Amino acid sequence: MAEYQNIFTQVQVRAAPEMGMVESVDLSNRGRGAGFSTLLGWLGNAQLGPIYLGAFGTISLASGMIWFFMIGGWFWDQAGYNPAVFMRDLFWLSLDPPAPEYGLGFPPMREGGYWLIASFFFLISLCTWWVRTYLRAAALGMGKHIAWAFASAIWLVLVLGLIRPILMGSWSEAVPYGIFTHLDWTNLFSLTYGNLFYNPFHALSIVFLYGSALLFAMHGATILAVSRFGGDRELEQIADRGTASERAALFWRWTMGFNATMEGIHRWAWWFAVLVTLTGGIGILLTGTVVDNWFVWAQDHGYAPLDQ
Amino acid sequence: MALLSFERKYRVPGGTLVGGNLFDFWVGPFYVGFFGVTTFFFAALGTILIFYGTAMEGVWNPWLISIDPPSIEYGLGAAPLLQGGLWQIITICAIGAFVSWALREVEICNKLGMGYHVPFAFGVAIFAYVTLVVIRPILMGGWTYAFPYGIFSHLDWVSNTGYQYGNFHYNPLHMIAIIFFFTTALALALHGGLILSAANPEKGREMRTPDHEDTMFRDLIGYSVGTLGIHRVGLLLALNAGFWSAMCILVSGTIWFDQWISWWDWWLNLPWWAGIPGGVNG
Repeated sequence: MAEYQNIFTQVQVRAAPEMGMVESVDLSNRGRGAGFSTLLGWLGNAQLGPIYLGAFGTISLASGMIWFFMIGGWFWDQAGYNPAVFMRDLFWLSLDPPAPEYGLGFPPMREGGYWLIASFFFLISLCTWWVRTYLRAAALGMGKHIAWAFASAIWLVLVLGLIRPILMGSWSEAVPYGIFTHLDWTNLFSLTYGNLFYNPFHALSIVFLYGSALLFAMHGATILAVSRFGGDRELEQIADRGTASERAALFWRWTMGFNATMEGIHRWAWWFAVLVTLTGGIGILLTGTVVDNWFVWAQDHGYAPLDQ
Repeated sequence: MALLSFERKYRVPGGTLVGGNLFDFWVGPFYVGFFGVTTFFFAALGTILIFYGTAMEGVWNPWLISIDPPSIEYGLGAAPLLQGGLWQIITICAIGAFVSWALREVEICNKLGMGYHVPFAFGVAIFAYVTLVVIRPILMGGWTYAFPYGIFSHLDWVSNTGYQYGNFHYNPLHMIAIIFFFTTALALALHGGLILSAANPEKGREMRTPDHEDTMFRDLIGYSVGTLGIHRVGLLLALNAGFWSAMCILVSGTIWFDQWISWWDWWLNLPWWAGIPGGVNG
C-alpha cells in the first residue's frame, strides 16, 4: 500500500535540461544554462533555471534590492554599526513612516523622508514585477490570470501604504518596515478601530485565507491521490477527461454531494486566493476613513451584543 | 438525476471498513456506508442541540447564537445541560461527525482506487479542532478554556484569549502558522492562475501545454516545481498552516503563561551580546 501513496519522488531521472518553449520570447533575455538540485527533485522538478531577465525584471529586482538595502542600511545605522547589536536587535529594528505632524509632506530624511524614498522604490519594484508577470505570459500566448491575481495583492499593499494614508491625510498611517514593529502596527490598528474582528471585510478576508488553505489541501490531496491515474496532467485532463478526473470528481460528489471539474477547481482556487487580498484591502481602506469603531458599527448593524 | 454520465461504472460494491455491504449504497449523489449513518446521526443530534440551546437562551439572531463551554467551577467534570453540558455533548457530536466523515472518505478512496491523501489531510484539521476543544482544556484543567460555538462569540474568544498573552503576534509558532497561511494563498493563486492561463490562452491561440507552464515559471522566477510537485507543495503548505495554528495555541497557557513578547528575552539575553549598549535593546 505504501508505494501506492504518492508522497515524494523516489527515482529521479536526469537528462539534458529543458530550455523552454520559444513562442515569441526574446531568447537573448533568457539564460543559457540550467542546473539540477536533487533536494528539489524529491518534491517537484529538479531543474533550476533558466530564468528570463528582461528590462522590467531588471528594474524590478534593482528597485526591490534598493528598497531592501535601504531598510538594511537604516537598521545598520540604528544598530550603531555594530554587527552584534544588529543581529541581537534585528527583529526590533524598524524604518518608520513620518510622524503625524508632517501630514502628506516630505519630512527630513531621518524623520521619515528616508522611509518615503524607500517606499517609492518598493512601489516601482511591485509595479514593474506586475508588468513582468503580464509580459511573460503574453510572450507565451497564455492568459493573464497570474498578473491579475498579483494585482489583487498589489491592491492590498497600495491600500496599506499609499491610498489609505492619502485619504487619512498622513503618511504616518502607513505600515513601518520592521519585523516586530509591523506586528505592533497590526495590533494597534485593531485596538484603535474597535476590534477588527467586527470588520465584515476582515472577516471575509480571513474566510478566504482559511478557505484557500482548505481548498489547496483538498485539491493537492485529491490530485496526489489520483496521480497513479495521471491526475497531475491537469491540462490534458481538462481537454480530454480521463479516469483520474472522473475519480477525483466522484470522490467529492460521493463525499459532499458536489464536485468541481478539472478546470473549475482552478477557478475556485484563483478566486479564493484573489479575494483574500481584495476583501482585505477593502476592509483596511474603510477603517478610519468611513468607520471609526467596528464594534460600535457592528452594534448598529445588529451583529454585536448591545450590553457591552 | 443523481448520476453523472460516466458515474455508473464506478458505483461498485466493496471497500468498506465496517458493516460489510449492509450500508454499501448511495442516496442521491451521497455515498452512505456505515460512517455515513454515524456522520448523519452525530451531525443531526449536534445541530438539534444547538437549536435547543439557543431556544433556551431566546437568541435567534444567527450572528449572536452562542453555545458556551462550562464555567471554570466545573473543571473537567460534566456540567448541567444549560450550563455547558450542551456544549460538551455538541463537542462529542462534532468529533464523532468529523471522524466518521474522515473514515467515510477512506471507504470512498477504497472504492475509487485512490490514495488516502484527502482523509489524512482532513485528519490534520480534526487534530487542530481537537487540540482547541479537548487537548488544551484537559492540559489546563477545565472545559471552560475551549471556545464557544457562535459566529462572533468565537471571534471574541480568539481576541480575549490572544490578549491574555499580550500581543499574540509575538508567539513564534503563530508567526510560523501565519507565514504558512499566506504562502498557501500565494501558491494557490499561482497554481490556479497558471492552469487557467494555460487552459484559456490568448484569443485565437491553441490551448497551452505543461511545457508552457514550466517555461512560464522558469522565465518568471527561474524555477518550475512542475505539475505533480505543485500539489505536494500545496498540500504541505496547507497542512502546516493548520498544524502550526494548533501548536501556537496549544503552548499558550500550558507551557507558556507570560506575555509572548517576553518569550523573546532569551534571544536578547544570549551571553555574547546581552550587555552591549546601543540599538533598540541596549
